[in-house]
Amino acid sequence: MTSNVDKMAVIVRDLVKQFDSFMAVNHISFSVPKGEIFGFLGPNGAGKSTTIRMLCGILLPTSGSGTVAGYDILTQPEQIKAHIGYMSQKFSLYEDLTVEENIDFYAGIYGVPPGQLEERKNWTLEMAGLSGRRGSLTSELSTGLKQRLAFGTALIHQPDVLFLDEPTAGVDPISRREFWELIYDTTARGVTVFVTTHFMEDAEHCDRLGMIYGGKLIALGSPAELKAAFHAGILLEICAQPMMRALEVLEGVPEARDVTIFGQMLHVLIEREMDAERICRALEEAQVSCRYSVISPSLEDVFIGLIEEADRQTAEGQG
Amino acid sequence: MLLRTWLIFWKEFIQIKRDPRLIGVVIGLPLVTLILYGYAFNLDVKHLPLAVYDQDRSPTSRNLINAFSRNEYFDVVDYPLSYQAITHDIDSGKALVGLVIPVNFAKDLAVGRTAQVLIILDGSDSTTATSALNYANSIVVQYSAGITLAALQRQGVIAGRAVPVDNRARFWYNPELKSSYFLVPGLIALILSSLSSLLTSVTVARERERGTIELLDVSPVMPVELIIGKLVPYVLIALGDVVLIMIAAVLLFHVPLRGDPLLVILSALVFLLCVLGLGIFISVNAKTQQLAQTIASLTTQLPSVFLSGFVFPISSMPLVVQWFTAIVPATHFIAILRTIFLKGGGFSLIWAQFLILLVMGLAIITFSARRFKKKL
Repeated sequence: MTSNVDKMAVIVRDLVKQFDSFMAVNHISFSVPKGEIFGFLGPNGAGKSTTIRMLCGILLPTSGSGTVAGYDILTQPEQIKAHIGYMSQKFSLYEDLTVEENIDFYAGIYGVPPGQLEERKNWTLEMAGLSGRRGSLTSELSTGLKQRLAFGTALIHQPDVLFLDEPTAGVDPISRREFWELIYDTTARGVTVFVTTHFMEDAEHCDRLGMIYGGKLIALGSPAELKAAFHAGILLEICAQPMMRALEVLEGVPEARDVTIFGQMLHVLIEREMDAERICRALEEAQVSCRYSVISPSLEDVFIGLIEEADRQTAEGQG
Repeated sequence: MLLRTWLIFWKEFIQIKRDPRLIGVVIGLPLVTLILYGYAFNLDVKHLPLAVYDQDRSPTSRNLINAFSRNEYFDVVDYPLSYQAITHDIDSGKALVGLVIPVNFAKDLAVGRTAQVLIILDGSDSTTATSALNYANSIVVQYSAGITLAALQRQGVIAGRAVPVDNRARFWYNPELKSSYFLVPGLIALILSSLSSLLTSVTVARERERGTIELLDVSPVMPVELIIGKLVPYVLIALGDVVLIMIAAVLLFHVPLRGDPLLVILSALVFLLCVLGLGIFISVNAKTQQLAQTIASLTTQLPSVFLSGFVFPISSMPLVVQWFTAIVPATHFIAILRTIFLKGGGFSLIWAQFLILLVMGLAIITFSARRFKKKL
């Protein structure tokens, strides 16, 4: 157990948060090893931010236990706050302070010793690519630069665990890629990164993922594991015209186990390869053009599939 | 602990410095309020326009008119020659008061009969009309006392003693009853309450609106550090404004500052505890800056004007409302200010109100800090 705590940056056991009659987080358990990039996925309202708030020491759980950076979330929230870094989707540094003032402020708040301040500040400025712009007002920076500054500031006190709440929202693809480079550099130095996102592209970058839905953890594993475990079947990508007619037809074909719209395409889950021919014939008989290929599922497929599965179980449980 | 409080203070000061609107509020609001209330808001009833319809046209009637125009309360603006004309003067607002002296005025007096005069008042402004009637009454009473006395002396009834009981009134502290003496000290309370509730209510709401509160939430900053760090800059600004208003009061409005200016500042400090605490409380509970401002003006500014005795005397309010005035911090602060400014009173005269403010202030601040902790 002790060695487990030593190796783990985050441990959560049976965590529950109840708001009146609403179960926001429903008995979730997982752990995150040190140095890992852990992605926390889920639609809005699934319990993502409630979980993060409990892990950051600003919300007490109703029941359950956990540690973050070795400190107990029930009894040591203040120690947790001092040993984690946090960055949110909404840029939350002070726009009317300069780059340097923001860094100085948070360095002081987190108790960076004066002797180390200059070194930490230079490191942050360099990492954010803002070395020449110490005196610029933060409001004058581009979104990408602001994000890098917020990231650097979150690391100013060299925290053990870094929480990123939807960090890439509203950032262009190039900045997003550069941002992930920063995250990799950070974990390379032993920092654990706990990131929430609903961008599947981001999720692919994570070492491991936890998916939360309706307050429950519905999946846990590496992206590859999740994809593999999800599919007891084969995924077809069908280009069918007209699409609405195709959807109607496929409802009557038992071999098409699951149909989802993916942009201009349909993703259809089947059991055996030979079912593909049958589906295509059925569509063509209904005057729908059909071209198909077998594809490997994306995380989005997995995600949607898991949610539908969870919804079905809830419905059955109620019925 | 101290370092983090200092950092919040430092950060808040930079933000204030960079916000031109805020600087405008800090300097502009006290000045505009001072000028508005100090110059335009005048309760003195003087130089009332008077129209005189003198039907008698005798030396005696002219004496009475002189008695009216001699003092600074009435200015004769017109001598209409008919009843319609004097009515028109009042209707048109040319005169607020009309004096009609009947034909037999001098004759009646000469034979020892009671003579009558008619005073017409524009009652649409009841405050002014009441004051005008009082002035007119006392002028007429004085005038007739003079006539009675002269008559008695002529008949040799009395020789030396004039009137049996002579009522001599003395107005202490403000012998000329200048309304600026009464208003300007109270203005300090009024300006401080609008200013500080406005500023503080904006400060936390601003952090919430911009999302910056989120980072503070997850940081090791304690609510107490945040509240103190955020309040101190505004306390300093407000005290600066107190000094500014005191200087303006003495130099611009010639209001005497008979007591100790330091005592004014010290009392301002305990008063600030109350209004700033209230501001923080509003700030914590309101979602947006705008809502915070609205609530602040409703709960702080309005009671400070209407329920504090700033203009309207508390003793003439309904009893229930009077109880209510006791929980308005401005009520106590204004009482303190008038005591120090006009009576030159020291701490021995104000300690009770001082204590009330101190207790109220500490209670509000503690309550807000608790509430703050829960909200975060």
